[in-house]
Amino acid sequence: MKKFFGLILATVFSLSALASGGDKEFNAAEHAIHHALDAHEIHIADAITIPLPVILWTENGLVMFMSSEFHHDDSGHHIVEKDGMSFVKLHEKIYQLEAGAHGIEFDAEGHPTNAKKITTDFSITKNVFAMFLVAFFLLFVFIKSAKNYKKHDTLSPKGIAKWTEPGVVFVQDIAKENIEADKFRKFVPYLLTLFFFIFFGNLLGLIPFISNPNMTGSISITILLAAITFFIQMKNSRKTYWLHIVDPLGNSMPLIAKIPLYVILLPIEIAGIFIKPIALLIRLFANITAGHIIVVSLIAIIFVQTSGWWGFLSVPMTLFISVLELLVAFLQAYIFTMLAAMYIGSAVESAHH
Amino acid sequence: MLLELHPLITPAWGQIFWGGIVFIILLFLLKKFAWGPMLSAVNEREKAIEESVNLAQKTQAEMKQLQAQNENLLKEARAERDKMIREASETSKQVIADAKQAAKGEADKIIKDAQVVINSEKQAAVAELKTQMAAFSLEIAEKVIKGELSSDDKQKALAEKLADSISVN
Repeated sequence: MKKFFGLILATVFSLSALASGGDKEFNAAEHAIHHALDAHEIHIADAITIPLPVILWTENGLVMFMSSEFHHDDSGHHIVEKDGMSFVKLHEKIYQLEAGAHGIEFDAEGHPTNAKKITTDFSITKNVFAMFLVAFFLLFVFIKSAKNYKKHDTLSPKGIAKWTEPGVVFVQDIAKENIEADKFRKFVPYLLTLFFFIFFGNLLGLIPFISNPNMTGSISITILLAAITFFIQMKNSRKTYWLHIVDPLGNSMPLIAKIPLYVILLPIEIAGIFIKPIALLIRLFANITAGHIIVVSLIAIIFVQTSGWWGFLSVPMTLFISVLELLVAFLQAYIFTMLAAMYIGSAVESAHH
Repeated sequence: MLLELHPLITPAWGQIFWGGIVFIILLFLLKKFAWGPMLSAVNEREKAIEESVNLAQKTQAEMKQLQAQNENLLKEARAERDKMIREASETSKQVIADAKQAAKGEADKIIKDAQVVINSEKQAAVAELKTQMAAFSLEIAEKVIKGELSSDDKQKALAEKLADSISVN
């Protein structure tokens, strides 16, 4: 992963290094990464931002204020005083200044020396806001679809259900293919929620005018989704699953031959339990974040070259990648759901084979 | 912190917290108000379609069976009819043959009777004729003998003639 980001960073850095020369440098890499990160406000255009609430849990209890109080400052210089505590915003993270400090100070590497990052930051950030949007949109669309079935006969889907039903049936089929026939129904609601949450989250991230919230490309969200999947998998796991892990070769060879093999196999199998959800969370995070970084990087060509003519190259390429991202939005939601179904399916399997 | 992670791969507790709340609530609301009704409707429809198709297939099979039955019935009827016709023609032939046989027998009998009658009539006639002939012969013989014996010469000649014939023998 680091290599991947390193590559992107290196590419963009070299691009910006080529373009620079003047004293006011446009750092495309920083810009791209910044764009893919979470934020405390929704930046639509310069001077057009939607402030979001900042909610902090500090040693003095809960502190709440609007992010507009930072006056769009992201360098840690604008200090907001609340309940006798001083807060600054640096790279979209809230820091608390040490008592008595009147301004943020940095070390040689640019890390603040007299301020502490607040980890108990429960702010409604851009990603959290995007999550709410996705949730409301999902509730609206699917409850409306469900109502269609009550109003009309169930012979054929009507209205919005015409659009949503194929998706629902698609996800149900994913569950049917990967989980045993007598058990799959229990997991369909989770897989449906998972699929449409990721899919709509991915699509929301492609809308430029609400500053492309990178919700499903946020490692926090993918960790959460993978953790819930892992929890469901473990909670429903059966004897067969654990037997496969502690005795993967089964009755295929005598015990004496198994022992040297199991010295290698057992650690792999046990690590595999955790590697599967970790791969799940990295795959979604990396794919969606990469898409966001590529789009911003392509647009950044114009600014790096400081010439609008480059738009003739940059804009079609961005358009191409954006269309590709539509495919990726669906594909990643499908892969995540399919693998989640597969992992759950392997955990609930009966002993019959 | 010992290891400074890149902000991109640093999990934020706030997002996990809100994400968890949003996702769990979303899961329960959607399960109750959306997935439940939608899935039950879809699966009910699937079941209904399956049942209809099965019913149609069953009906079709029944129809086919019925058709086969009808055909069999028709075939049987046709065979029956053919058999009846054949039997009737055979019977009629038999009757004709019998009648012919009987007629022939009767005719033979009549012919035989007639022959018997004719024979007996013939014999009677022959007998009659014989009697008649005998009578005639006698008469003729009487008349001849009377003529032969009417003179001595003649009697003598006759006697000689008779004697000749005897001596020759």
